[in-house]
Amino acid sequence: MAKPKVATTSLAGCFGCHMSLLDIDDRILKLVELVDFDKSPVDDIKEFTGRCAVGLIEGGCANEENVRVLQDFRRHCDILISVGDCAINGGIPAMRNAVPLKECFQEAYSTDNRLGPAVYNPDNQIPNDPEIPLLLDKVYPCHEVVKIDYHLPGCPPPADTLWEALVALLSDKPVALPYELIKYD
Amino acid sequence: MSNTITFTIDGVEVTGQPGQTIMEAADAAGIYIPRLCALEELSPHGSCRVCTVMVNGRPQAACTQPIADGMVVENDTEQILAIRRDIIDMLFVEGNHFCMFCEKSGNCELQALAYRFGIAAPRFPYLFPKRDIDATHPDIFIDRNRCILCGRCVRASRDIDGKNVFEFVGRGFEKRVAVNAEANLADTDAAATDEAVNVCPTGALLKKRVGYAVPVGQRKYDHKPIGSEIEKK
Repeated sequence: MAKPKVATTSLAGCFGCHMSLLDIDDRILKLVELVDFDKSPVDDIKEFTGRCAVGLIEGGCANEENVRVLQDFRRHCDILISVGDCAINGGIPAMRNAVPLKECFQEAYSTDNRLGPAVYNPDNQIPNDPEIPLLLDKVYPCHEVVKIDYHLPGCPPPADTLWEALVALLSDKPVALPYELIKYD
Repeated sequence: MSNTITFTIDGVEVTGQPGQTIMEAADAAGIYIPRLCALEELSPHGSCRVCTVMVNGRPQAACTQPIADGMVVENDTEQILAIRRDIIDMLFVEGNHFCMFCEKSGNCELQALAYRFGIAAPRFPYLFPKRDIDATHPDIFIDRNRCILCGRCVRASRDIDGKNVFEFVGRGFEKRVAVNAEANLADTDAAATDEAVNVCPTGALLKKRVGYAVPVGQRKYDHKPIGSEIEKK
């Protein structure tokens, strides 16, 4: 029987959750015996090659591309897991949520009002190339965009949390994390 | 007239003294009732409703409801636990609780309650309200993003510190903790040694220049759930 496939992605995240996945240390050898990786930065596969058993989502949705990738994961994965605080509540990127988008852009790019950084931008241009994904009005937690089956909180979730959850799911057991593996920091 | 009162919590017989609240009697009996606004040294406030129990079939706040003979209290039932979980969920989505960089993380009672209830993500949509920070005072600051309006600082400043530094203003979603001054916290006589600063259950009222003083793994709620100190009795 073919091994079940796992896909991972980092949306508006910092790749810290992926680092935490690598932090399972030598258990990663056991993991590659258990699963094949599909679309993931781990193996640099850009597009889904087929149906996946588990999708791990790091980061929330900050722009339209994040939403498209997340919807693509939902279509291809049997079980979708929000990994880490950014996927669950938007995290650090969501600190902009109480600020209007225009003010965010001005803060980042405008030299007009002396709010922005010392960039050379005499025309006060806000980047608007069609190649650049449009920012959403705010950063959305993944479960407010698509159906998410499990949440693994943490910043990042401890390697043991990821390991326990993955092994449980791959062996058709319920994900029951002990007290010390549910942490928000 | 007898000077003890006998009632039951989840079918277990508990005795208490006249004048005690359900929470006080439960604490003495080693039964933990989750709470956020209640604190032993402060007068009951009854505002957070996390301590909601069923008393003879009706929901009541255990921190304000006095005990009575023959009272039937339900604490650890599916229905009550669901109510409490919803309240905790709502407190998380109504504020901006960024635990990942909060200095209170690991020692925060709101976070600890969510851990105790095994909450991986709230079930309500996040509101991301715009809240302000008052960092004018040299030694302490208010971060209203993290404030859950429990009123502990209001009561501690009034009743223990004798300073009346804090009070609520506004109503409903606009309600917030204000300071007793024309403008800012710096204009009050608040001090870092005030009990009001110590009693904040979250990171809304913190001392400056403390930072992440206790390493991860050694903080109050890293290994033991909130309430286990009461259940140990």
